[in-house]
Amino acid sequence: MTSSAATATAGPRRGRAVGGLLRGMPLLPAVVLLAVFLAGPIAYCVYYAFTDMQLTGASGTHFVGFDNFTRAFGDSDFVNAVVLTLVFVVGSAVVGQNTLGLALAVLMEKATRPVRAVTSTVVIAAWVLPEVVAGYLMYAFFFQQGSLNAILRGLHLPQQNWLYTLPILAVCLANVWRGTAFSMLVYSAALNDVPQELVEAAEVDGAGPWQRLWRVTLPVIRRSVMTNLMLITLQTLSVFGLIYTMTRGGPGNKTETLPVFMYQQAFTSSLIGYGTAVALVLLVVGALFSVVYIRMLKMEED
Amino acid sequence: MAVTSSPRAVRVRPEADRQAVGGTRRRRVATGRIAVNASLLVFSALYLVPLLWMLLASVNAHGSFKLTVPSPTGDNFRQILNTDTTYRPMLNGLLMCGGGTLLCVVCSVLAAYPLSRFRSRLRRPFLYTILFSTGLPITAVMIPVYSMFVQVNLIDSMPGTTLFLAAAALPFGIWLMKNFMDGVPLVLEEAARIDGANAMQVLWRIVLPLMWPGVIVVTIFTFIGMWGNFFVPFILLLSPEKLPASVSVFTFLSAHDQTQYGQLSAFSIIYSIPVVMLYLVLARRLGGGFALGGALKG
Repeated sequence: MTSSAATATAGPRRGRAVGGLLRGMPLLPAVVLLAVFLAGPIAYCVYYAFTDMQLTGASGTHFVGFDNFTRAFGDSDFVNAVVLTLVFVVGSAVVGQNTLGLALAVLMEKATRPVRAVTSTVVIAAWVLPEVVAGYLMYAFFFQQGSLNAILRGLHLPQQNWLYTLPILAVCLANVWRGTAFSMLVYSAALNDVPQELVEAAEVDGAGPWQRLWRVTLPVIRRSVMTNLMLITLQTLSVFGLIYTMTRGGPGNKTETLPVFMYQQAFTSSLIGYGTAVALVLLVVGALFSVVYIRMLKMEED
Repeated sequence: MAVTSSPRAVRVRPEADRQAVGGTRRRRVATGRIAVNASLLVFSALYLVPLLWMLLASVNAHGSFKLTVPSPTGDNFRQILNTDTTYRPMLNGLLMCGGGTLLCVVCSVLAAYPLSRFRSRLRRPFLYTILFSTGLPITAVMIPVYSMFVQVNLIDSMPGTTLFLAAAALPFGIWLMKNFMDGVPLVLEEAARIDGANAMQVLWRIVLPLMWPGVIVVTIFTFIGMWGNFFVPFILLLSPEKLPASVSVFTFLSAHDQTQYGQLSAFSIIYSIPVVMLYLVLARRLGGGFALGGALKG
């Protein structure tokens, strides 16, 4: 293994490189698809965001630097969209779906088997339905002559035209209705892994149900909580169909979250460049969350 | 301090308490359970209202926003079961989602094999890129995709839309498939290798047969996702005769000022049936492993 070996290794090394390439060949179709249809558009997204491109074509497109962004941050409609997106994500995902999902998972653990089956079937059914159907059903639910007002009338409670008076609340509740199943499934799985002795020990020590949940269960499942929060935030950030079916961003721009605003700017106002700049903002926010999510998974692995 | 000074006393007290009040405690647990069951049932009933409304509206001749049906009718279904309204959009959806799913599953099986089996310096960065892209909001890239498709003349093309759907589903597909493949033991493969089988033969003859359940899960998951996808075909397709059901539901709602809610509900039911069926298959196949547990098995 001295001088003669040194010359001999050159061959196997090249062989290994070729072998490595060959072994990597099955990756090729996936890599090509991803590069053309995902990486390509993202690169385009970054480029277009700095141009004044219009829907009519690329002929009159100029590089405009940060104009789109300065314009966006001075645009009250954009600021409105950012605020609404925040309200939508925090209200419907972080607070709504997350809390409701956890509550359902905790209660279902204590419920009898048939009740558990009924609850999870109903909640999951709302989740499995296509987005547009869910949007339409929620429209019918919150509509002036809809089921919600019918129920309120039956209970002799005040009614209102939800889609006009509180559209963002209606849209948030719609997203909670549609999306809670995911959190419920995540938390049901997580609660299964909580050691029963731990909870019982706390009970013997005199901890009430709230204390047990807050001090024992939640700390044990904190990783699932973080993962769930990340994933539902990412999902909620890009919700378009649900809102568009229910309100089309209206009335006025009261439910115009970033995806809807982006669509309106690019296709209704024909400002592809400006719409893309908004898309880039959305993409960057999504990417940040995605990076945090990966880091958490990495920590879990180590 | 007080606790540590007399640990025994502290530990004994609740023990005695428990024996003394064992009966009331059990009763309290029972009433607690009834309360939990009752509140879950009330909640489920509320949750069910919109779904119930859809079922009722589909057999309601007057198509109003009410939770009552004076005389059930099949008229709504009869009205929509024709080529233009139902069959063609469903077929379009089936072609695009079926083709996209097939492409996505084949590519992810192929990609998962090297990622699962071979060690390489590029493996980890590649996997992290895949995981990263599963989190990206696809909604945000649709405008550049639209501009790109206009430039290469792929706009309003069903194959183009199919390709994009496949690509968008690919990161999650690869990730899931790789995890399923990791569960197939290496030992059998090594034996085949010694007998001279190449990587593709091993993948086809040994690995795949052992991970059919995983492949089916990825297939169903991908298909459900595509079937419900509204934004991608909404942006990339223009001609009404190319639209899949996910978008044609929408044109339904906006086309007529006097929306036929009964017909729309009937259409929504027909459009939703495939994914609901697939989900039931999925839930049954995954059984307890999917945290659904007894949910759908009863």
